[in-house]
Amino acid sequence: MGNDIFVLVEHTQGAVDAGTHELLGKARELAAQSGGRAVACLLHSGARAAADGLAADAVLAVEHPALEHFLPEAYVKAMAALLAEHEPRATLIANTTVGMDVAGGLSARAGVPLVAYCTAIDLDGDELVATSQVFGGKLNAEVAVDGAAICSVVAGSFAPAEGGSPDVQDVAATGLDDLTTSFIARIVPEVSDVDITAEEILVSVGRGIAGEDNIELAQELADALGGVVSASRPVTDGGWLPKARQVGKSGQKVKPKLYIAVGISGAPEHLEGMAEAELIIAINTDENAPIFDVAHYGTTEDLFDVLPALTEQIEAAVSA
Amino acid sequence: MDIVVPMQQTVDLVEELELNDDGTDVEREYLKFVANEWDEQALEEALLLKEATGGTVTVVGIDETDVDGTLFSALAKGADRAVKLGGDFESGVSSHRRAAILAAWLGGESYDLVLVGVQSPEDLDGQTGVILANLLDVAHVSVAIGVQPHEGGVKVSQEFGGGVVQELALSGRAVVGIQAARQAPRYVSISRVRAAMQSGALEEADAADVDASTGTTVRRLYAPESTSHAEMLAGDADDVAARILEIVRERGLVKTGG
Ligand SMILES: Cc1cc2nc3c(=O)[nH]c(=O)nc-3n(C[C@H](O)[C@H](O)[C@H](O)COP(=O)(O)OP(=O)(O)OC[C@H]3O[C@@H](n4cnc5c(N)ncnc54)[C@H](O)[C@@H]3O)c2cc1C
Ligand SMILES: Nc1ncnc2c1ncn2[C@@H]1O[C@H](COP(=O)(O)O)[C@@H](O)[C@H]1O
Repeated sequence: MGNDIFVLVEHTQGAVDAGTHELLGKARELAAQSGGRAVACLLHSGARAAADGLAADAVLAVEHPALEHFLPEAYVKAMAALLAEHEPRATLIANTTVGMDVAGGLSARAGVPLVAYCTAIDLDGDELVATSQVFGGKLNAEVAVDGAAICSVVAGSFAPAEGGSPDVQDVAATGLDDLTTSFIARIVPEVSDVDITAEEILVSVGRGIAGEDNIELAQELADALGGVVSASRPVTDGGWLPKARQVGKSGQKVKPKLYIAVGISGAPEHLEGMAEAELIIAINTDENAPIFDVAHYGTTEDLFDVLPALTEQIEAAVSA
Repeated sequence: MDIVVPMQQTVDLVEELELNDDGTDVEREYLKFVANEWDEQALEEALLLKEATGGTVTVVGIDETDVDGTLFSALAKGADRAVKLGGDFESGVSSHRRAAILAAWLGGESYDLVLVGVQSPEDLDGQTGVILANLLDVAHVSVAIGVQPHEGGVKVSQEFGGGVVQELALSGRAVVGIQAARQAPRYVSISRVRAAMQSGALEEADAADVDASTGTTVRRLYAPESTSHAEMLAGDADDVAARILEIVRERGLVKTGG
């Protein structure tokens, strides 16, 4: 095992994702502890310029036509080759779609233990100790690995580092010629009628709303407040609200002045999209729901009682 | 197309999650277990794909609490075969071990595609599907929201942040981690689940004795010690509503006279 800390760079159309800078922030810190380097792994086809300015000591740039788009198979194989060659102390991968496609596979291929959903990582001698967020965010696990480790990291866990002039090394790609995965298309959603990222007040509904017909209760509150209704993933998956209203990891990141979370448990993937809201009020009958850890105010009263009562009081106040 | 859907039992997150005596795992003996919701999505997508292309859907579970109900329910929904892999799983199963058991079992099966839930609430050592794919040395796609027939193989819609979708073609055997099926998982009546149970169609086999350590040690499990837990509002719904009105009004979020 070496001392270097590896980071998988995520980039789309030449631009490096914000999450990568967060990983580099942590990698620099860990590298200072381990006495190694922070090394960014850039898998690309004609996007070497993405290496410029990364806050890393070195960049390993692997170029191959199969790396033009994100092909999971190609990424896992390319990373496995880098790990086999360099044996880093730790490899940090964001828990994004890309990360979920790479981290576990890399662990299986390279035979290196993986701690998933990390929100904290420390080195202690030969041990790596990480905090992993599991059970829908209801529990944390303190996990130790003796020796080299891979960590997949929850967005927003570490302060980003940007700016640097890393030493860029080009590395020959191996094993990427016979893939069974190929790229067809990239589809960016059409702009919708409502842009929830631009709204100041969101009344956001989760599975606790229990049915499409009940969305009206949230709509009435949103109308009274002059806001709009947004939602957690199960609500948009169920077709109760359009996809453009989804808040979270695979939806929109919002930062409204007021976010009322109604029947939303506060899973990490939801919190990723709204934890920065200025004022968060949560209505959830489960006192242990993780949403209460980020909310400023909360109630365990039933949403079907609170929503109508609140709408009525706000309407009365507005017309007063 | 012959599709395999591994189904995992996981603790019901709505319950209070009690810990075991040494605080390193949930108390599996007393907690309520349900099917992993993402595996239910994978099953739905598999059934849709079978309806489009023909072939079979086989569900496979390891002998975890109440897995029989999940497997029978899958048969009632339209799965052709259900297989339960027996063994000692009382103290929980890591994703690495689960994947190794599945890989060993799949070694003796003929299949084209494995659809599995994109994650489970307790896959601390990574998601099962991606580990499985790499043990099998086949392609993998995570966070899929649709799998459709395409040029003899399948086309997978993979979702990224902000609703961006990438379409990928898979030409060989593959494992796909399903985030959401193209439609909500179908409902099945209790009477049909009972009928499936009475048909005795659950196949049983022993889980392979695999060597699949995670290399990780859970030192402790604990509820997050939030530094900023919400201030809980007292009283009934009307009292709570009155306090919320006060709070938002103080911040100028309700433009009112009174
Ligand atoms: C790759 C990936 C991406 C994801 N992206 C997103 C995303 O962008 N956005 C997102 O939201 N999720 C996302 N998820 C899903 C996420 O993991 C959770 O499953 C989801 O956020 C749960 O939604 P929920 O809180 O509405 O439902 P649940 O977790 O089921 O919570 C419902 C809550 O309602 C409460 N409740 C029920 N009835 C009442 C009542 N009468 N009154 C008050 N409270 C009540 C319950 O106590 C419970 O806490 C993603 C998952 C994956 C794997
Ligand atoms: N009335 C309720 N009280 C508590 N939790 C609920 C309620 N309704 C729905 N839920 C939560 O939502 C989940 C899914 O609900 P459903 O989709 O209606 O089966 C349940 O497992 C609970 O977590």
